Amino acid sequence: MSKERTSAVPAAPAYVPTDADFAFDTTIDITTDRNYASQGFWKGVFMRFFKSVRAVIGLVIIGIIIILALIGPHMNSYGYSDIQSVTDPETGKEVTARSMPPHVPWLHKLTTGESYDDPFAEETFLFGTDSMGRDLWTRVWYGARVSLLIAFVTIFIDMIIGMSFGLISGFFGGVADAVMQRFVEVANSIPRLVIVGVLATFMPKGIVLVIVALLLTEWIGMSKIARAEMLKIKGQEYIMASRTLGAGNWRIIFIDILPNTIGPIITQMMFSIPTAIFTEAFLSFVGVGIMLPQCSVGSLIEDGFNNITTLPYQIVPPILVLAFLMLAFNFVGDGLREALAPRIEDM
Amino acid sequence: MARYIIKRIFMAAATLFIITFLLFLLVRIMPGNPFPSERMSDEAIAKKRAEMGLDDPVLVQFGHYISDILRTGSFGKGSSLYNGAPISTVLPTAMGNSFRIGGVAILFGVSVGLILGIAAALNRGHFWDVFCTVLSIVGVCIPSYVFMIFLQYFLAYKTTIFPFYFNNRNFLHSAVMPALSLSLFSMSTVARFTRNEMVEVMDSDYVLMAESKGMYGTKLVTRHILRNALIPVVTVIAPLIVDLLTGALVVEKIYGINGIGKLMVDAITGEGIDYNYVLALGILYSAMYIGIMLVLDIVYCLLDPRIRVSDRPKKKKSSAENGEGVQA
Amino acid sequence: MADKILEINNLDITFSTTAGPVHAIRGVNIDLERGETVAVVGESGSGKSVVMKTVMGILAGNAAINRGEILFRYKQDNGETVEVDILKKDKKWIRKNINGRRIAMIFQDPMTSLDPTMTIGKQLMEGMIMHLGITRQEAAERAVRLLEEVGITEPGRRMKQYPHQLSGGMRQRIVIAMAISCNPDLLICDEPTTALDVTIQARILELIKKLQAVHGISVIYITHDLGVVAKVADYVNVMYAGKIVEVGNIEEIFYEPKHPYTWGLLSAMPDLETDDARLYTIPGSPPNLLHEVKGDAFAPRNRYALKIDSIAEPPMFQITKTHFAATWLLDPRAPKVEMPEELKKRVARMLKEADRNGGQL
Repeated sequence: MSKERTSAVPAAPAYVPTDADFAFDTTIDITTDRNYASQGFWKGVFMRFFKSVRAVIGLVIIGIIIILALIGPHMNSYGYSDIQSVTDPETGKEVTARSMPPHVPWLHKLTTGESYDDPFAEETFLFGTDSMGRDLWTRVWYGARVSLLIAFVTIFIDMIIGMSFGLISGFFGGVADAVMQRFVEVANSIPRLVIVGVLATFMPKGIVLVIVALLLTEWIGMSKIARAEMLKIKGQEYIMASRTLGAGNWRIIFIDILPNTIGPIITQMMFSIPTAIFTEAFLSFVGVGIMLPQCSVGSLIEDGFNNITTLPYQIVPPILVLAFLMLAFNFVGDGLREALAPRIEDM
Repeated sequence: MARYIIKRIFMAAATLFIITFLLFLLVRIMPGNPFPSERMSDEAIAKKRAEMGLDDPVLVQFGHYISDILRTGSFGKGSSLYNGAPISTVLPTAMGNSFRIGGVAILFGVSVGLILGIAAALNRGHFWDVFCTVLSIVGVCIPSYVFMIFLQYFLAYKTTIFPFYFNNRNFLHSAVMPALSLSLFSMSTVARFTRNEMVEVMDSDYVLMAESKGMYGTKLVTRHILRNALIPVVTVIAPLIVDLLTGALVVEKIYGINGIGKLMVDAITGEGIDYNYVLALGILYSAMYIGIMLVLDIVYCLLDPRIRVSDRPKKKKSSAENGEGVQA
Repeated sequence: MADKILEINNLDITFSTTAGPVHAIRGVNIDLERGETVAVVGESGSGKSVVMKTVMGILAGNAAINRGEILFRYKQDNGETVEVDILKKDKKWIRKNINGRRIAMIFQDPMTSLDPTMTIGKQLMEGMIMHLGITRQEAAERAVRLLEEVGITEPGRRMKQYPHQLSGGMRQRIVIAMAISCNPDLLICDEPTTALDVTIQARILELIKKLQAVHGISVIYITHDLGVVAKVADYVNVMYAGKIVEVGNIEEIFYEPKHPYTWGLLSAMPDLETDDARLYTIPGSPPNLLHEVKGDAFAPRNRYALKIDSIAEPPMFQITKTHFAATWLLDPRAPKVEMPEELKKRVARMLKEADRNGGQL
């Protein structure tokens, strides 16, 4: 039986080897695997994260908003709750800068060639003023600061609560786990709305109510993730090794296992922060959140909504800030998730 | 299977009972005064308290409360502490309004979302896929009430295509905007989830296997891909409905709909908190949430043969027919 | 007269991934004669499965075929033998005329290769109804006979069951039944036993062998397990980093291997008689094909690497009529390198063993 293999022989390579090429190559060290050069886990995560355009855009947006939230209110001399007014030199009456559209003297001059013909001719209100005469630029960034602060603080505390709960529940298993999971199930079956309602029966409306409501609900997701990670890691050999070396339960949970659950937890935080911002905005919009003259992104949107038929421009800046924050945190969350667990492209 | 469902129903009932008790406890024992003390004399309050049984031990009060609900379907002494309107008469009308709009919204959102998701997965990288991605980004980063405000501003205020406020006598026309804005989030979530499930199934071994058997086109999609991809979609619907409940709060505020969401907002933002309304609505919301999760859970079990036709009951009944009987 | 059923010529495939293009298949040639069994051996990631998926027309969407042809010869229904280049046909044509009907495939993991939401019977029947144009009734009867043939008890009951109700071995038998249900000419087995218990592996191999004999099917095995190869194959293609590096009949590959990679594979095979306490492994790992390979892809792991290896790719050197290897060691100018001592001893043992078994490996 014959097998023609002519087709199997590729055309001779262009390079014509010399006799010297046929010596052993002593420079090759076969004991070193150069394909998998030692690269730290987190270094790989960082590299993958920054390769993702969306994640980087998200990060940049968050950075810009945080910077503006920090310095924005101080870029002019107005306080967030100051009502801007001047004394009209002609009538001697107090004139309040109520409901002014965006008011930028140099831009006005550039476009119309004239200066403003109002008592605030020299004042700059980039986003205009609200119906009480407060500068919206200052309020928007102050509101963003409040919203971000509420989100960061509550999510951080929720992370600690949820992570501890989930790790302990997953680690001990058995009866403890069963009881703790029943608890989670019950807690998870109460809509956030109901929690807010009940809280509102005995708490004053305001920031504290929002924070407590978030604290009571957002830890559940964290605990579920922490528990799942714990169950995954618990059975691994290095835990066994640690135990045989005499490590106690708490040491194993918080020193050996916790650092390995941090990736998914941070990812979950990135998705929880927009939820918190959203919830705060929602509660403030409904009227149980931030109270005047304080403001947050949500209360500014409500304010804008109340005046939408007469002053539609008022609602635009807070909505944009909210939308960009949600978008950015989701992008970063997605990027982080993919960076932590890269999907191997199917071949 | 039947055992599982019974267990699940029992668990749901138990959870609801615990939640009811917790809510009752919180509302009753937490500091706060159910009566506007500045408007009523001390004696009047004391009389009212005694009348309403508020001086009994909490457990006794709870017993009365539960038996009232179970016997007559009335929450509390049959009326709100404040405006006197009986909750049992206010609630059904409000629920009717909310459910009609919510129902339209979820039906619309889920069905359009499904179609979009399927179209996106079957045309990976093309128009519908990009559209689906954009929609899901919009759905994630624009809260539904912002969308509502825009709709109302442009379609009811700037132009008068739709009425500004919801009106029960003109249901179809005036429900379009609230339902549309409520459905945005479910639509985008379902679309994205369906797309991802489809893509995952399309890359799965069993679809490769079906293709290598010679299946293609519509047959491949309907027989192998859709069936497997759509079963898990059931699981995202529960959180969506919950989200809808929250969204309904704002929608009802914006469009002036007299639904349970508006009742809730009124109850918690009103000058004095309306205890009985908060409690009744809290129980109602929890019951809806638990009920929806229960129903969807059971639906999921019935749809997925891996759960529906499990071998476990066979051993218990020691008969081979059982496993097949379920499939028939 | 040679009657080649399948001829893969100079196949070259690139995948576009988020990390960049991966040149996964770099000019692969595989021939298969009618009725024979060919094995494609290599480490995971060497591209074995990709080649076979290309034959089936089920490559992932991000793959681009740069060059090559896949010639398949089959008898049409009117008895005429035709030759087609599968790469030139569209998906629909391949599904209708090739998949299942003339070339069938058995996947690695029976746990994931059956549709979890469809009964065994339906999955088994749908291919037959489609390709053979028979009624549901006939297909059901045929399905029961097929299940019996692959050794499944109570076939009537199994038909109504779902995959999750069956064991892994049973599922693989069902996959095999599906594969042979339309009397294909060629069967591609992608690691058919890797995911199974060791005790079931041999039985599945026996089953495939038996069916091959009964139905006159040609078989391609993709595997990394040389033990499987020894049991079933007539010819062996050793694949490394998207290229065939050595090809020969089974005696040539097992007794006179020429490529250092094949030496490594054979030495790494566990063996009762090896006195060496340590199990040999090939150092390093296969190259990352994200980066274009210069010279011999195996050089970085090759104890006998020559200077030329990092300059130019070795051509296929012919050793016998059927035996070829792509290594510069076979160039007349290269230093004489014999296979390692340990492997020599092992080959001698295998030969003795084969003598005792009457020529069987």
